[in-house]
Amino acid sequence: MALEETLEVREGVDRETIETVQAMAGKYKYGWETEIEMEYAPKGVSEEIVQLISAKNDEPEWMLEWRLAAYRRWVEMTEPKWAMLDYPEIDYQDIYYYAKPKSMDVKPKSLDEVDPKLLATYAKLGIPLKEQAILAGVEGAEEKKVAVDAVFDSVSVGTTFKAELAKAGVIFCSISEAVREHPELVKKYIGSVVPQSDNFFATLNSAVFSDGSFVYIPEGVRCPMELSTYFRINAENTGQFERTLIVAEKGSYVSYLEGCTAPKRDTNQLHAAVVEIVVLEDAEVKYSTVQNWYPGDENGVGGIYNFVTKRADCRGDRSKVMWTQVETGSAITWKYPSCILRGNESQGEFYSIAIANNAQQADTGTKMIHLGKNTRSRIVSKGISAGRAQNTYRGQVSMHPRATNSRNYTQCDSLLIGDQCGAHTVPYIEVKNNSSRVEHEATTSKVDDDQLFYCRSRGMDEEEAVALVVNGFCKEVLQALPMEFAMEAQALVAISLEGSVG
Amino acid sequence: MALPQAKLDQLSARIAGLHFPSTGWQGKVRGEALERLTAMGLPGKRDEYWRYTDPTALTAPEAKAVEGRGEVAFDSIDAVKLVFVDGLFDAEASDDPSLAGVEIIRLAEAVTDIHWAGDLYGQLEAAGQKPVQRPLAAIGSAFATDGVLIRVTGAAERPVALVYRSETDASDVILHHVVRLDEGAEITLLESGDAAARLLTVMEVDVAKGARFHHVRSQGRTPDRLVATHIFARIAEGALFKSFTVAANGVLTRNEAVLDIVGDDSVAHVAGVAVGDGRDFLHDDTVFITHGAERCESRQVFKKVLKNGATGVFQGKILVKPGAQKTDGYQISQSLLLDGDSQFLAKPELEIYADDVKCSHGSTSGAIDDTALFYLRSRGVPEKAAQSLLVLAFLAEALAEIEDEAIAEDLRARLEGWLDRHDG
Repeated sequence: MALEETLEVREGVDRETIETVQAMAGKYKYGWETEIEMEYAPKGVSEEIVQLISAKNDEPEWMLEWRLAAYRRWVEMTEPKWAMLDYPEIDYQDIYYYAKPKSMDVKPKSLDEVDPKLLATYAKLGIPLKEQAILAGVEGAEEKKVAVDAVFDSVSVGTTFKAELAKAGVIFCSISEAVREHPELVKKYIGSVVPQSDNFFATLNSAVFSDGSFVYIPEGVRCPMELSTYFRINAENTGQFERTLIVAEKGSYVSYLEGCTAPKRDTNQLHAAVVEIVVLEDAEVKYSTVQNWYPGDENGVGGIYNFVTKRADCRGDRSKVMWTQVETGSAITWKYPSCILRGNESQGEFYSIAIANNAQQADTGTKMIHLGKNTRSRIVSKGISAGRAQNTYRGQVSMHPRATNSRNYTQCDSLLIGDQCGAHTVPYIEVKNNSSRVEHEATTSKVDDDQLFYCRSRGMDEEEAVALVVNGFCKEVLQALPMEFAMEAQALVAISLEGSVG
Repeated sequence: MALPQAKLDQLSARIAGLHFPSTGWQGKVRGEALERLTAMGLPGKRDEYWRYTDPTALTAPEAKAVEGRGEVAFDSIDAVKLVFVDGLFDAEASDDPSLAGVEIIRLAEAVTDIHWAGDLYGQLEAAGQKPVQRPLAAIGSAFATDGVLIRVTGAAERPVALVYRSETDASDVILHHVVRLDEGAEITLLESGDAAARLLTVMEVDVAKGARFHHVRSQGRTPDRLVATHIFARIAEGALFKSFTVAANGVLTRNEAVLDIVGDDSVAHVAGVAVGDGRDFLHDDTVFITHGAERCESRQVFKKVLKNGATGVFQGKILVKPGAQKTDGYQISQSLLLDGDSQFLAKPELEIYADDVKCSHGSTSGAIDDTALFYLRSRGVPEKAAQSLLVLAFLAEALAEIEDEAIAEDLRARLEGWLDRHDG
């Protein structure tokens, strides 16, 4: 690899960037598999499987009923086909809907009791499950604590810093635990943002979700540390269906990070998650994702099918939500994190980098539904296509008649690297009052030859130069990420584009 | 796949009794169009392509009667006028159609085999049925009551003006025009008038190498009328295609333009201005431009001024095929909402499969700028005049797309007149 030979610090290139890129060099870094004894539910989905998942999680009756209602709706539904995605028919009966490491059979009381093999898996992924540890890549910076909920296939392995968070009144645990320990909260909010019958994939998730994270920030509390969930698919032929629910009470604040990886396999695996966020008066939630599921190989063999429904409901006045996503993985991405701006003066923001290389296909974007007065939203989307990939931005901005004096600004830029890929923009703009202003801009271009030439004349090789230009193209979004993620994301941008030039 | 019975019944009801000559070359091409139509069925309001505009009134078996007669634009322009009354060519009301370098034949009289027309009629429409189905256009090819076949062999000295008049209250008119510009030819085609209570048109334009086609259209001014138009164009190397439409009132107007750029270094512009007053007004511009050649330029400029609950719709797409390098695609759709009831619904799309391209689109919606209004008033301009001034300034970018100054002036004056009458 050219990168490894020529890595001296050069003017104009951040040393850290090069080192991180070098450290992460190689194709997909997280493609290994943990050999561990697993327990599976039988393949396929049926009412019995739904009952089994519910029983495995020791759920109360109402939760089971809720799942079954979703399942009955799902069998009546058909898979949506409107996205610009081309993939073979998914056989929903050929998937394991529940897979759990055998060692998790007896629930560990603390992280010390967790199977060392599982802990080692997360250590290898760079995810600190020991409470004193900090995320890699920020040495020298003030030691920042990050609480982690680690989800392995269908179950949550453990959650760190629970005690410290509890002192502040923050509840951070797996959703299965929340159903048992805080049923009143779960019952009140689950399905209130993404209803059971919202769409095909969300409905399937409602029926068979096995785990995920639950966050509750009480009134007036600023969550003392960043919260994060790390999703790992390990078992073969297994779908992962996690459900995350975040409730931010009046005047509270939380920043939440999500990361995901999976082993390299020749078969496709399904991931259909649901994230619901409830934001009450004056509260603020930041939700950042670095999605790095296995994208498949250069020929499009294998990879994760990622069908995700994420929505935030800004119920209270002056509430605020910010989605930031870096989508580099998955063979197929179908994902539209949305904001319902119900409260007056509520705000929604969406920052996205979507990179599709080789045979990857991404159809992603957002919805900003303005219902309250004086609401504001901002969309910045950067799509990068390389190889034979197809990358689509699909978004909706809707100003309802009562959402007077509201404002939206949308910018979506696409960058094409190579003449075999595609970049598409499909925005829907619906303005139903005249005191609101909506602006939408989109551009499509290729990596600028002048910029490349400049970098090359300063001694960079072509791949490095492209990575630098692309990082510059994404800057606005990268800046919106929490620092720990920004480092990782910047490196990922470079790696995802490997082999796309020359 | 066969259509469900309900869809077939709906289609039979819509086309029952329509004009369908089944012999000669027309019988052949119309028959093919009917086959396409039967395979598609009529559009419904659940179709993605009709997301913002309900086609029910256009697919209903009969047209609703309307009152009032509109006036005709471009009176001051010296052109060869071809008059259609209730969808049929009226030779007496029309000018002598002989014009150097231009061959004009009435569709209803084109019974003998006209080689070039037979090769074109319905062909561009058929090609434009992918990737999006346009069943109304297939109706236009199969059941046209009349139309003109125009072949341009040189540079036409004067414009040709198609003038539409309506004399029956419930007239339901279908017209199909075919225009063929030979290599290096040039013509300006004007269209104006309230053609019918319900009008459906298809115009197929084949622009050969280096030819130049200018199209300016003024759509009716009486309320309650329904209009669905389709332009299908094929643009060859170094050719130029420009189409501009101004629309005022009408209860539902859907203007589709499907432009296929097949030759290198060519230019395609499509633009329009719509002004609407009242809850019943719905104006829909739907544009699909395909870039299939290198170094071509396309521009879409659409402006709408809406008040009292009027609705403006824009669906525009730029498709850049693999290999269509150095494409320069631009698209802007803007609306000015003069009050809180009106709405603007837009879907500006880009689909790009080539890397060395420059494509951008913009879409905005908002009210009149208070600061600008205040500035003008502080300089002594009365409020209504200041508002009209700002509206005209907003429309200027689109009007600038018209090359002929006299024609642009005619339309600008008409728009000013409309603003005067609707300033309440």
